[in-house]
Amino acid sequence: MAHKEVDKLSGTATTGHEWDGLKELNTPLPRWWLWTFYATVIWAIGYWIVYPAWPLLTTATEGAFGWHTRSAVVADLSQLHAQRGPMMVKLTNASVAEIVADSQLTDFARAQGRVAFADNCAPCHGAGGGGGRGYPNLNDDDWLWGGKLSDIEQTIRHGARSGDKEDHEGNMPAFGREGMLKADQISAVADFVRSLSGLPTEPGADLALGKKVFADNCATCHGPEGKGNRELGAPNLTDSIWLYGPEKETIMDVIYNGRGGTMPAWQGRLSEPIIKSLVVYVYSLGGGEK
Amino acid sequence: MSEVGTLSRDQATSQSPALTRLVKAAEVGGPSPDNEGPLYAPRREIYPQSVSGTFRRIKWTLLIVGCAIYYLLPFVRWDRGPNAPHQAVLIDLPGRRFYFFFIEIWPQEVYYITGLLILAAMILFLMNAVAGRVWCGYLCPQTVWSDLFFAIERWIEGDRRDHMLRDERKWTLETYARKAVKHFLWLMVAWWTGGAWVLYFADAPTLVKELATGQAPFVAYVFIGILTFTTYTLAGHMREQVCVYMCPWPRIQAALTDEYALNVTYRYDRGEPRTAVAKAQELRARGEPAGDCTNCKQCVRVCPTGVDIRNGADVACIQCGLCIDACNAMMKKLGRPPGLIGYDTDMNIKRRMEGKEPIIKLVRVRTVLYAAIIVIAGGIMLFTLATREDEGISVIHDRNPMFVRLSDGSVRNGYTIRIVNKHLKTREFALNFNGLPATLIDLVGVPPREDGEPWIEVGPDQTRELRVVVTDYGLPPPPATQVVFRLTDIATGQQTIAHDHFFAPEVR
Repeated sequence: MAHKEVDKLSGTATTGHEWDGLKELNTPLPRWWLWTFYATVIWAIGYWIVYPAWPLLTTATEGAFGWHTRSAVVADLSQLHAQRGPMMVKLTNASVAEIVADSQLTDFARAQGRVAFADNCAPCHGAGGGGGRGYPNLNDDDWLWGGKLSDIEQTIRHGARSGDKEDHEGNMPAFGREGMLKADQISAVADFVRSLSGLPTEPGADLALGKKVFADNCATCHGPEGKGNRELGAPNLTDSIWLYGPEKETIMDVIYNGRGGTMPAWQGRLSEPIIKSLVVYVYSLGGGEK
Repeated sequence: MSEVGTLSRDQATSQSPALTRLVKAAEVGGPSPDNEGPLYAPRREIYPQSVSGTFRRIKWTLLIVGCAIYYLLPFVRWDRGPNAPHQAVLIDLPGRRFYFFFIEIWPQEVYYITGLLILAAMILFLMNAVAGRVWCGYLCPQTVWSDLFFAIERWIEGDRRDHMLRDERKWTLETYARKAVKHFLWLMVAWWTGGAWVLYFADAPTLVKELATGQAPFVAYVFIGILTFTTYTLAGHMREQVCVYMCPWPRIQAALTDEYALNVTYRYDRGEPRTAVAKAQELRARGEPAGDCTNCKQCVRVCPTGVDIRNGADVACIQCGLCIDACNAMMKKLGRPPGLIGYDTDMNIKRRMEGKEPIIKLVRVRTVLYAAIIVIAGGIMLFTLATREDEGISVIHDRNPMFVRLSDGSVRNGYTIRIVNKHLKTREFALNFNGLPATLIDLVGVPPREDGEPWIEVGPDQTRELRVVVTDYGLPPPPATQVVFRLTDIATGQQTIAHDHFFAPEVR
């Protein structure tokens, strides 16, 4: 057991183990080091007592002060709510017009609206409101249902074709599927619609037929000049923004099958200050109308 | 060891048989080679003797100055005007500002700390290259506070011999009383040390009042408690063990040093062979060599880390110079020249023994390099501080959508702009946009001035985030154009610019 090899230089015994000529000195640890170990043991026992620690069959030990990660989160959240409370009350009591007139309220609403938009609106409208095929871009100046503050508020609260009592109604009928228009008429009117915004038409397109079909079937909603109608959510066909795309096939598809995208009503699902924050945020993306 | 040990035992144990055990225990210390040895080594209690002399005076001066700065600096006021705190040195964590007299640091300027750390490391290295562990011996808080605690200990429990005797004899009520008073005073100093620390993080006079009336934030009490505990433990109980076992610097220092670095050194060329005083006089009278070291062991008794400097360089030696003071006092009494222990190098000892001149070489490649780095890093920091911008603008282009096509075919880009005002008063800015011929710039939520120019107010020492949309009417814009946002302080005309791009769809 005992070995007597002593390192000549340090006068300390070695452990007797050798690795490639290197030997380990058997230097004892300082005693205080041991005390730190005992201190950690005592600390661990204290930890068991203070915090939830031991799993039981259906639950776990509670800890002396009832502290819990869940209760800590709840406390943090309620502190956050208390912090935001005064601003939230102001948002609840102010109209969106009043919010926009106050730069401090606007900053708060925009910051909060950005988060709420990412949580609720971005799945369809895209992060940043860039939109997509069939889902309007909220940054531009082309609005299906209007871009004033009150219009945006109306759309967010009640949605479009959502079934809400005050929602936006109005559908594009399926002219082809329902047998109202023949194939050559659809082709002609699609060419005519493209010509409204100056897009090139197919050679030999019957624009006269198209114009007549448009006046008979489409002008009711889209207007005699194709400028659209925000009451019905009928898009302006003369600008360079296309909800589904400007290609002739796309336009024919829309005319044949009809269209009517839906947006849910958010009133009742989101709180008042959040809805107003969303209105201010969407309005401030760049396309808000005076 | 045996000869030295016998002498010391004879001297020490003439007072008390109990001391014999202590000295034996202290000297046997490590594991015996005959068995496996103990798993844990007990601490050798160190009773450093008081000493006076040049280095002791230097240490007292540094201790008083250092502690005075540490304890009093939070109370120094510095007028910054109405919109900023009036504390000369303040780390304002909730406000995310660091104030140091005329300097104010924002979180994004935390790179100054990199500069400070570079300076600190290089100054440490330079000190080491010139004169060894100057930091350890004179400046390190562990040394300074241990020294302070030693002073209290000597005041209450007596100097080395009284203290040792009292500890070894049967403890009387007086012994207990003295120990109680000592620990109480230690705790008071430790508590005041922790208390001074938290004062750097809040308005000091206010916080003192709050602490006294129990209204201070809980975290302040927690930190005072933690620092009281660490100060009391490290300076009162751990002492040299911090330097020997915990601190990395002795190891780094040993790797950084060279043969020219001056260290507290026992000049064995002069000291050896160790000779008793009477014998030495006899030998010298006969013209025979006699060492100046009389083996009085004063150098060992005064050492705060329990090192025998005569054994050469030691990782535990903090090079505080107290053994120099002790030895010089003894040499004076013996009528021998001082400096048997002094700042010197082993190389010089060997040169003297060979009859050569000693070399003191301060200008070396490493000292020059360290000094150069200190000058360069310090210069860069001073330059950046002197030319620090007090207004700033940063621009982030919208990521989604990259661009928006409007109904008339024109293209719009959105940007988020943050304007920084590091002035301590409110400023008004104008924002201009350059890079595209026909554009409309709209600051969302900022009312225009009477003349129609956008007009942005930013509060004192604050930032403001704005959304800016830029619409280009030039048809058709190129896919990417470099553009410039120019921020102008309306009052002073000071300008700052930020570059970004304006994106547009590819023309098909």
